[in-house]
This record gives sequence, C-alpha cells and structure tokens, in this order.
Amino acid sequence: METPIKKMNTTSKANERIAIAVIWAAAIFVLALLVSIIVHILFNGLPYITWEFLTQIPRNMGRDGGVSSTIVGTFLITIVAIAIALPMGIGTAFYLAEYTRENIVTKIIRFSAESLAGIPSIVYGLFGFIFFVISLDLGWSILSGGLTLALMILPTIIRTSEEAIRAVPVVFREVSYSLGATKFQTIFKAVFPSAMRGIVNGTILSIGRCVAETAAVILTAGSALRMPSSLSSPTRTMAVHFYILAREGISMENAYGTAALIMIIIFLINIVANTIVNRFIAKSR
Amino acid sequence: MNSNSEKLSHAVFFALALSSISALVLITVFILVQGAPIIAEIGLFKFVFGMTWAPLKGEFGIFPMIVGSVSATIGAAILGVPIGICCAIFLAEFAPPLMRNIFRPAIQLLAGIPSVVYGFWGLIFIVPSIRDHLGGPGLSILAGSIILAIMILPTVISITEVSILALPSSYKEGALALGLNRWQTISSVILPAAKSGIIAAVILGIGRAIGETMAVIMVLGNAVALPESVLDPVRTLTTNIGIEMGYAVGAHRQALFATGIVLFVIIMVLNTTAQYIARRK
Amino acid sequence: MGDISQPKFEIRDLKAYYSDREVIHGINLEINKNEILSLIGPANSGITTLLRTLNRLCDLNPESRQEGEVVLDGKNIFDHDIVVTQLRRRVGMVFDVPTPLPLSIFDNVAYGLKIIKMSKADTANQVEQALRMSALWEEVKDRLSTPGMSLSGGQQQRLCMARVLALEPEVVLLDRPCSGLDPISTARIEESLMEIKEKYTIVIAPHNVQQAARISDRVGFMLLGDLIEVDTKELIFSDPRDQRTSDYVTGRFG
Repeated sequence: METPIKKMNTTSKANERIAIAVIWAAAIFVLALLVSIIVHILFNGLPYITWEFLTQIPRNMGRDGGVSSTIVGTFLITIVAIAIALPMGIGTAFYLAEYTRENIVTKIIRFSAESLAGIPSIVYGLFGFIFFVISLDLGWSILSGGLTLALMILPTIIRTSEEAIRAVPVVFREVSYSLGATKFQTIFKAVFPSAMRGIVNGTILSIGRCVAETAAVILTAGSALRMPSSLSSPTRTMAVHFYILAREGISMENAYGTAALIMIIIFLINIVANTIVNRFIAKSR
Repeated sequence: MNSNSEKLSHAVFFALALSSISALVLITVFILVQGAPIIAEIGLFKFVFGMTWAPLKGEFGIFPMIVGSVSATIGAAILGVPIGICCAIFLAEFAPPLMRNIFRPAIQLLAGIPSVVYGFWGLIFIVPSIRDHLGGPGLSILAGSIILAIMILPTVISITEVSILALPSSYKEGALALGLNRWQTISSVILPAAKSGIIAAVILGIGRAIGETMAVIMVLGNAVALPESVLDPVRTLTTNIGIEMGYAVGAHRQALFATGIVLFVIIMVLNTTAQYIARRK
Repeated sequence: MGDISQPKFEIRDLKAYYSDREVIHGINLEINKNEILSLIGPANSGITTLLRTLNRLCDLNPESRQEGEVVLDGKNIFDHDIVVTQLRRRVGMVFDVPTPLPLSIFDNVAYGLKIIKMSKADTANQVEQALRMSALWEEVKDRLSTPGMSLSGGQQQRLCMARVLALEPEVVLLDRPCSGLDPISTARIEESLMEIKEKYTIVIAPHNVQQAARISDRVGFMLLGDLIEVDTKELIFSDPRDQRTSDYVTGRFG
C-alpha cells in the first residue's frame, strides 16, 4: 500500500532527478557557450595570423598590413601598469598582513580596494582622461593608459598578494626571527619568497586584464596606429584595434585575426597562471 | 640603527598602503569636479529625469539611458543568475573531480575574455538570430541582456561557490543524516545558509553588468529613446560615455562626466551593499 | 665543566601571561653552562612558553606579557637596552616540526649569517662546520643547492639544527625536536646534542621521558605552569621529592 510518506519519497526522488539534471545542463551549457565563442574566433581568425600580420604595421586604417604596432603598444602599456601597480599592491598587502592589526585604517584601505575593484572600466577611462591626459598633461599616451590600468588592476594585486602572504606558515616567520632577523629582514627573506607564487599568479591575471581592457585605454592612450617611439607616444592596443576594426567594419579579416591573437594570449596567460597555482597546491600538501 | 630602519620600512609600507585610498579619493574628486557643475546648472532632477539628450542643443537628460542600463541589467540578472547559481552548485556539490578541473579554469577563462570579443560574438550570433526569429532590428535589450548574462557568470559562480564551500560540513552531514536526499539538502539547508553570499554574488554581478561598456556598445543599438519592448534598442549610461567621449568638448564633455557620476553612485551603492551583506554573515 | 659559580641563565620569579591568563606562575630556575637540561611535563605545563621566553620569541605574540627576571650572563633580557635580534642569535631555537625555509640547503644554513653580513668565504666555511656538527654534511655536501624541503624529515630537522649552530649561539633551545621523527633520526640528533654540549648550553623539551633519561644532565618537571622540581636526572628518575614527579616519570599520567 502507498502510504503518504512513501509517496513523498517517490516525488522527492523525482524532484532530485530533475534538479540534478538541470544543474548538469546549466554547467554543460556554459561550457558549450565558452567553447563556441573560442572556436568561432579561432576558426575565423587563425588563418589570418601570418608572419606578415605579426610584423607589419597596420596600413590604410588597418584594412591592410598587420598589427605589429598594436602588439608593441599593448606590451608597453601592460609593462607600465604592472610596474606601477606591483609595488603599490604588494606594499599594501604586506602592510595589511604584517604591519598592522585590524583597525579603522585597515578597514578604510580594504573598503577602498574593494570599491576600486567594482568601479567600471569606463569610469577609469573618464578619470584617466581628465587626470593623466589633461590635468597632468601626459596627453593620450602609453604612460596615461598604463597609469590608468595600474589603478584598475591594483585591487586584484592587493587581494591575491595578501592571500599569498597570509598563507605563509607562521612558523617561517618564527624561524626567521629566532635566527636574529628583524621584521623587515623576515618579510623580505622568509615571507616574500614563500608568497612568491601567489603574487606571480595575481600579476599574471592582471596582465590578462590589461591585454583585454578596451574602454579605459581608448580614452587614455588614444588610437594612433604609428609604432610608438616613447612612453609619451599615443598608441592603440590590440583590443582597441579589434574594437575599431569590427565596429566600423573596416576589415573583418583583420578583426578576426586580431581577436584570435588576443584570445591566444589570454589562453596562454590562464594556462601559466593555473600551472603556477597547481604547483603551489601540490607543494603545500 | 636597527629600530630606525624598522621605522622607515613601516613608514614605506604604510605609504604604499595609502595608494588605494588615494586612488579612490582622486577618482571620486576628479569625476565630481568635472561633472557636478553641469548637474548644478541643469538641475539634478532635470538631468536624471530629462527625456532629451541633444548635446548640440545643450539639452542633457539621461532618463532613457537609466532605463536602458536598468532594463539590460535586469534582463542579464534574470538570465544569468539562475544559470550561475546552478553552475556554482554543480562545482561545489556535484562535479566529479575531472569536470571540476575542467570547469574551474573554464570559468576563469570566461572572465578573462575581453568584453569586446563578447560584444562582437553577440553581434555575429545573437543579433541576427533575434532579428530573424523574433523581429525588430536585432540590436536590442534582449541581445544586450544575453551578452551581459554570460559576462556576469564568472562573478556569480565564483562568489556563490566560495560561500557554499565556506559552510561547515556539519550542515550537510546533519541534513543527509536526517534522511534528506542531495537536492533536498541543497535546497533546504545549503542554499538558505549560503544566502548572504549568494545575494552578494548577485549584487556584484549586477554591478558588473551595469558597468560594462564595450560589449553592449556593439549589441544594444544605442538609440536614445524609451524602449517599448525587449526587442527595442537602447543606450546605457556606459555606452553613452563610450560613444561620445571621443569627440565631446565643453558642456557636452561635462555632461558625460555627469553621466559618469550617476553611474559611479549606482555602483558604489551596489558594492557597498554587497560588501555589507557579505560581511554580515 | 664551565664556571659553576655563575649560571648561564638565572630565572627569577618569572610569570608569563597570554592576554589575561597566567600560564607560568612564578618560576625560579638556574641553567648551568654546558649542561643539557630537560624540561618534562604534560600538555599545558608551560614548557613551550618558557622556552619561547628565553629568547623573547614570545614577543611576536602581541597578547603575551612577562613579569620577573631572566638573567643571561648577569644581564636581564627584559632590560630596555637589550637588542632582541642579538639575544636571539645568542639563544637559538629548534622548533618541534622541521621547518626548512623555501630556500636551498645552503641558504637555509646561511640564513642567519647573511643577516649579520658575514663574508662569502666565511659563510661557506661556517655552513660546512654547522652541517658537520649536526651530522648532515656527508649526506648533503653534493647537493647544497637543492631545496631544503627535498630532504627527509629527520634530515630537515638536522638542517634546522645546523641553521641554529651556524650562528654559534651560547644556548640552544629545542622544543620537542624529535616529535615527528623516526628512531634512527632521533638517535642521530641525540648523538649530536651530546657532542655539542661541550660548547653550548642546551635546554630541551624532550618528546618523552625516555629521551630525557637518555640525554640530560639535569631534569626539570613542570606541571600547569609551575616548576615542581629540578634535579639531576638520577634523582628525578629514581628518587623524586614530589609525588607528582614520581607519578609522571613512572607513566601514571601525562
């Protein structure tokens, strides 16, 4: 005989099946989506990535020629951003993790970092434009773009570095102190090397953000196609180049080629970052 | 000497730690200084609720763009949040190790893909299929919502997963010991217990969607008008800045900064709320 | 034997606190030069706290506080003009778990030497001497540049000893140094302790009573923050004055 409890068990069993099916479907759907985006871009773009494409300067608005100057521009802007953000971010992380206990100052620092993380890139673009380009008179330049991106990636570097520093076992610090090291020596010789992997991982992810960013750089670095001659030259990054080519319909071939190039770089960055994290996990076990 | 160098290093680290505070203050001040005068001139109410955006005539009303941002974002949340939460549950509770090792980096990659690429992909795939199957110009709220839904997935998934994994395992074991099956355990114990984290994830996802520029610029159609259906084109606060900043001068540029202020305030409110909820526990 | 009239350490009425909790209740203890003093006792007896007080490692915990005096060679280590980093070089510490820093074997041993900016040639020489003293030299001399983590547990702990000995401290503190090690590694560490006591004063928290019996000159028994008694190991193990000591060393609790 079917008692109410038994009946409930059968319905809940059916419910569970449906729920699990939905959850699996959602996960597979998202994976499929990702694969379809990647495949579409690579399938249409890879054929255009030739040696000439990589080494020639864009000609005729980007309709002809390659993308060499945009590769250089992206590279230089990223270098500037990392060079500025890394000391600030790592310094903040060490301050938060080693030099102070939780108090009102650390609360304000954390609030600021989390707020910076939420600010849209177009607002960074507006700020970078009015502050670096206009007020500091750096003009549309690699420097302006790099400084703007530095502020944008700062919260990521702070967060990943602080996590890495906090993951260093307390006993490493005790060993260092017990051998007569000062706090500063302990931080630089014992803690920093142990936190290195985590910090490098955060840095690599930040490089990815710099390469992918469009809105903030288009307003601060400009969109010049010339090969940059110095850090005060304006430049066009690969992402901006792709945006302009695609949106203004200048050249679908070169747009796809540029997009594929960006995707490959992002791909490599993610692989490197994951390898570092996995090694870190394997080692700490 | 030793203690002096210690004091010096303390001071240097403290100075570096002030960088994020100074950055936030600088950004706030400069955006305000640029945009506030024109809001004062026009009047906050007229600026926020004005229906006409005609820079050449000096008319600056951003209400259609607020509607555009809000509608595209709500659409993104409706489409993206359920999928995102399902994926997070999948990762935290159901995924076999192999799937987890594929899925986590995949989500990270999803977060790393440039927004322009999403926009372009939407323009090639989503826009034409909306035009062909549902009518209208294709460039529409719906197209923007779909793209934004994909783009907020990494945020929603990772924060939800972290808040599920942060629960003590006794919650789950207790529920299973009572004879609840896996789904009942998730729906009646785990999701309610992880509620604050999930809400924070949704709010941060919404923040990302409202702030996104380059992807939606390509698929929303950018018309400054109140939409009548999800198949109509709209312009958002972000795309307004993205499209016109390149050539704006004078009052027009100020009005774009003023648009930035409105966006900035919305985002700060959302993020502060999310931070508050995530901390409350 | 060294100068008996002047003990290396003189601990006078030492009390230690973590926040408001008193974990050591006024200890008086003299530690002689060139002896191995074992401190035995069950969990929460305050031995670790006492060891960490002797080189002021407890300063790292902002909650911790001490009263009383710890006099090292006639000078109170809590005095304001004491340079803590120098004190820690004079009073070295080996921890309960082997903790090579994420550096090479050589750099682990040279860690403290680099801090005092010893010249390269001297450092190399000092590292070799230290590794010989901790009986590790023959095993690692061909791979000094490999990570310290790559050694076995017992080797790692001898590396940690070498790291302390390289600084030529006057006192070596060892907090249950063999707790995770196999009997053979334990024996090797005990052997080197017996050898180096000619030059150093050694205070050890052994991981069991048997180890104390094997290596000590004198043994102190601590219980819940009190030093119950301290005497030669013969007396502590055969004829203790306090019933609790007798109960502990015969294994009735602990």
